[in-house]
Amino acid sequence: MAEAGPETVLVRKTVLSHGAGLWRFIPALVAAAATLWFAQFIGPVSHGDIPEYVASWVPQLGISFAFRLDGLALAFALLICGIGAMVFLYASAYFRSDRRLLSLQLSLMAFAVSMVGLTTADDAITLFIFWEGTTVTSFLLIGFDHEKEKSRRAAIQALIITGAGGLALFAGLLVMGSLVGSFRLSEMNLAGDVIRASPLYPVIFTLVILGCFTKSAQWPFHFWLPGAMAAPTPVSAYLHSATMVKAGVFLMARFTPALSGTDLWTWTLVPVGAFTMILASVWAMRQTDLKLMLAFTTVMGLSMMTMLLGIGGPYAVAAAMTFLLVHAFYKAGLFLSVGMIEKGSGSRDYTEISGLARAMPHTATVVMLAALSMAGMIPFFGFIGKELIYESTAHAHFAPQAVTAAAILANALMFACSGMVAIRPFFFRPRACPKDKPADPGWALWLGPTILAALGLLCGLFPSAVEHVLVAPMVQAVAGEGLPGHLALWHGPGLPLYLSLATFALGFVLYLLLDAIHTGLAAAEPKLPRTESWYDGFMRGLGKVARRTSVLVQNGNMTSYLRRTFLALAAVIWIALLAGTASWPGFRLSVEAIDWAIFTIITASIVVVLRTASRLTGITALGGIGSGIAIIFVIYGATDVAMTQLFVEILVVIFMAIAMVRLPRTGGVPFVPLNAVVAGILGVAVSVTLLMVLGTGLDLSLTEFFEENSAPVALGHNIVNVILVDFRGLDTMGETAVIAIAAIAAYAVLMAGRKRARGGE
Amino acid sequence: MLLFWPIVIPLLTAVLTLLAWRSTEMQRGISLMGALALLLAALAIFSQVVETGPVSAQAGGWPAPFGITLVADLLSAIMVLLTAIVAVTVVIFSFSDVTVEEEHFGFHPLTHSLLTGICGAFLTGDIFNMYVWFEVMLIASFGLLVIGGGKTQFDGTVKYVGLNLIATVAFIAGVGLLYGTAGALNMADLHGKLAGRSGEAVVLASAAFLLFAFGSKAALFPVYFWLPASYHTPAFSTSALFSALLTKVGVYAMLRVFTLVYDIDGTVFVPILIVLAVLTMFFGAMGALSQNSLRRVLGYSIIASIGFMVLGLAIGTPLALAGAAFYLFQDVLVKTGLFLGAGVTARLTGSELFARSGGVWRARAGFSILFLIPALSLAGVPPFAGFWAKLLLVQAALDTNAWFLTFAALATGFLLLYAMGRVWAAVFWSAHPGGESAITAPLGATSLLPVAVIAILVTYLGLSAGTFVDLALRVGAELTDPSAYVQTVLGGAP
Repeated sequence: MAEAGPETVLVRKTVLSHGAGLWRFIPALVAAAATLWFAQFIGPVSHGDIPEYVASWVPQLGISFAFRLDGLALAFALLICGIGAMVFLYASAYFRSDRRLLSLQLSLMAFAVSMVGLTTADDAITLFIFWEGTTVTSFLLIGFDHEKEKSRRAAIQALIITGAGGLALFAGLLVMGSLVGSFRLSEMNLAGDVIRASPLYPVIFTLVILGCFTKSAQWPFHFWLPGAMAAPTPVSAYLHSATMVKAGVFLMARFTPALSGTDLWTWTLVPVGAFTMILASVWAMRQTDLKLMLAFTTVMGLSMMTMLLGIGGPYAVAAAMTFLLVHAFYKAGLFLSVGMIEKGSGSRDYTEISGLARAMPHTATVVMLAALSMAGMIPFFGFIGKELIYESTAHAHFAPQAVTAAAILANALMFACSGMVAIRPFFFRPRACPKDKPADPGWALWLGPTILAALGLLCGLFPSAVEHVLVAPMVQAVAGEGLPGHLALWHGPGLPLYLSLATFALGFVLYLLLDAIHTGLAAAEPKLPRTESWYDGFMRGLGKVARRTSVLVQNGNMTSYLRRTFLALAAVIWIALLAGTASWPGFRLSVEAIDWAIFTIITASIVVVLRTASRLTGITALGGIGSGIAIIFVIYGATDVAMTQLFVEILVVIFMAIAMVRLPRTGGVPFVPLNAVVAGILGVAVSVTLLMVLGTGLDLSLTEFFEENSAPVALGHNIVNVILVDFRGLDTMGETAVIAIAAIAAYAVLMAGRKRARGGE
Repeated sequence: MLLFWPIVIPLLTAVLTLLAWRSTEMQRGISLMGALALLLAALAIFSQVVETGPVSAQAGGWPAPFGITLVADLLSAIMVLLTAIVAVTVVIFSFSDVTVEEEHFGFHPLTHSLLTGICGAFLTGDIFNMYVWFEVMLIASFGLLVIGGGKTQFDGTVKYVGLNLIATVAFIAGVGLLYGTAGALNMADLHGKLAGRSGEAVVLASAAFLLFAFGSKAALFPVYFWLPASYHTPAFSTSALFSALLTKVGVYAMLRVFTLVYDIDGTVFVPILIVLAVLTMFFGAMGALSQNSLRRVLGYSIIASIGFMVLGLAIGTPLALAGAAFYLFQDVLVKTGLFLGAGVTARLTGSELFARSGGVWRARAGFSILFLIPALSLAGVPPFAGFWAKLLLVQAALDTNAWFLTFAALATGFLLLYAMGRVWAAVFWSAHPGGESAITAPLGATSLLPVAVIAILVTYLGLSAGTFVDLALRVGAELTDPSAYVQTVLGGAP
């Protein structure tokens, strides 16, 4: 009976999470409500009526808890909450029987809050706090399957890369804040001319862009994103495609008024964006795991936006913002759909599954819709995005031909990837997949992806609606001027259309060559340089340096510790002596005979202590030094002190002798020249310091006070005693306590020793 | 009179717990009562200082600078308050941590003796009296280190006592030189008597002795070896108490002496402190990355944190001193939380070694969050307290165009983040080698309550940063311009 208890509890818990666990829909409902709440601002914002919320936080440093819901912020808030609602719903079904669902939901909610805060913040420090919030929640979510070494590694990798970028961003924001005199982003953006003209501009730009590139996975930091696919599907769909990775792009857009328009901006963002774009889309072709393939196309999408923001101007900004929405819809939809494929068939590797369309018609439709938007087909939203991209690359100030060519190649590769995810798993002859009977999953799994895929089609069919609601306010917020022209499916024949047709043709050829390309890339992979190996090398090096330095410093050898300690003391004293102005005393040449005697006693004792091989002789000689000092006290009339000194010396010698006799005999202490040098340097330093103290006049005001007040006020004739028990009685109380505490400690040592002796048998 | 209570209460508690040594129950009751009374006294002092500015009291009624003065400015009042908070949490935690034998050998009397020394050091306005409190601390900490009686404890204790004795001798030598040079021991008096003399070799040399003494106490490079050798050996309660407060007393003494007694601005001590701070941060962070055992990692992280605080002192602007003070305040709480948390994880997993622990996140998610909060604060991750400390310091470095120091501070933060990530992955995430059933130890309120209180405080300090940054800035201003302090002690016109 005793063992039945926990089991019953376990069963009840499982039942709860399976059946009546309606609580698992709460996050989705909350996110949906938040979406509706943000939706009420669409009207005002599109008319330029921008809501703000400012609360004082750290007024001394000019930091406020400030939010500003302009077009860019609103669009992001809607995306984060809207896609969030779908992902939370999806997750509640995906992990229905998993006991980690609650912690997953909580982490996802925490992430969503950070992300909304990041995108709506109007204070650089507020923004940064939420930025780091996304880093930490992302770390926790990537490591969701934390008992796997691979997940932990990926989580740490993401933490290192985005954490380092975050620190760069932090410094950049602080420099920018000092320069502008305000941490409010809206004021920084108004001061764009000041920032660009400042000699600090390159520093600010570099630091901020490092933050953006690491977060948005631009070369050479891109590798953490495919690694982050160790996270479960809902997490990848939400963080690593739709929202968090766009934070870097968001920040570049946010700071476009403040930082863009310089050669440095264009020459950094366009080449890095273009290069990452090609690199990522080529490596997408190498993957057979559909989720990994999507991860690389996400990197490609982010680089496309980076490149467009680098080109700058209202056209390119409009293209970037439109593509951002296009990408959010189809990519989140596809990620979730790949999860559906995996749930339904047991695999997400296109070499293991095919012909699923008959068994999973719903999934096939959703994937098809989303993939068509990704391929940029008419009449999908993706087509509009692609037309705008070509429009802006063709008019770029910066190498328009090269940039356009890069965009065509990347888009064609996207086209081929769309074929990979939409055709390979669903058509051709069905074959045995890991699950016996593949089938469409339940409503909670398909609802979200279906809406997202449908949005890709609806936005394509009704472009003016999305223009008014989202794109135009976004462009207004980023470029500072209205959208040039209008979003439309059909602009008539022109350069963009021809380029689109060329993209389709090239993409079709690439798709036909998919297997050959895949094989070729797989063969070339081991020979190519990878930036991830730089990371690995850096981490290995860091570990090695860490171990070497600590072994070097912390070698466990007490003698070497002591030598270092005395050397450090000598070093600071010498530095101080040499840095200051010296004060030498006037030497009195006539030295009394008694002084010589004391000097001789002390010196002789020291020599004996140093040279003797016998412990007892050494201890006795130590007593000689003390006696010499006591005589000095006598000469200067401090008989009390001299007596105390003598008593102490005698007791020390006796106690040490008793203790030493019981210790095992060892040979004499070897002479180590280095130690002698250290001792010499320190000894001379102390002597010189003492001499110099004699060279300064002694202020006797304390002594005079004690002399005057000892007898009449403190009623004591022995001044030393009065000082000890009255003037400075607190010191004496402390020292008395020291003796009592020492007794307790000694008791503890003795008892512990006795216990050990017993236990050691 | 108020200022005497933080010294009298723990001393009295130490005596009473000693008298009650036969009954563990009574010892515990007295110990907790004493810690709570200390908290009340500290709160009273704090609220008075916040309202009226620095307050002072003359021991024995002798006027300053002839007797011994106790002074509480904002820095002292906050440190005493933090000491009391740590005392309460550590005493509660010790109920489920310290063995009956350790209690029998004097855990409670020694703990309260240590608290006496710490509070005395924070409150005294007299540099020789500070030396006395340092001695009280040293002997009490020595006792606490050895009461466990293990071989590693003795080895650690030898190294701890070895260096600290040298530091103590350097301290008294420095005080002697200072008296010979200026004829004063009262620090406010010294402030006036040393004004304009910071170019003299004797003045600088006495400062060098004191820098060495305080630097050794604070575990500054290159004299920190005693800390990694000893802090992982005693009971977790003792580790937490040491980590939270002992090194901080060294930092406090530096902040006090190198702003009030010496005017180091423009002297050779600025470059010395900068070099030492950067090297301390570097070696501390590297040490934390090199270890594979929880308390050893945390021990090195103390060293890195000390580097941050000394960096603030070295930069020396009011903002930088505020940063150093804020770092000091939050680090007291953070280190308490981490070391007590380490005690809980060790009890859960049965080991402090990374290789032999794990699975805490899965088994005890709530507690894991309580550990995560101070860990993130240590790494300077917002919105926790450590972030604001880092912000103040980095801003201060940037304001003085000290780009390298900015980089050093951020890089150390980064390395600490990685170090905490390693801890998290190894102790909390990875599966326990003994399987899921290996973690069964129940966690009582006496273990969880202290950790929870610290986590809440660290979060609260971060969220209400406005209030606490304001306090830190006031501390920075008081340190930069000690006229109110001096006037409280010596009287005279403002």
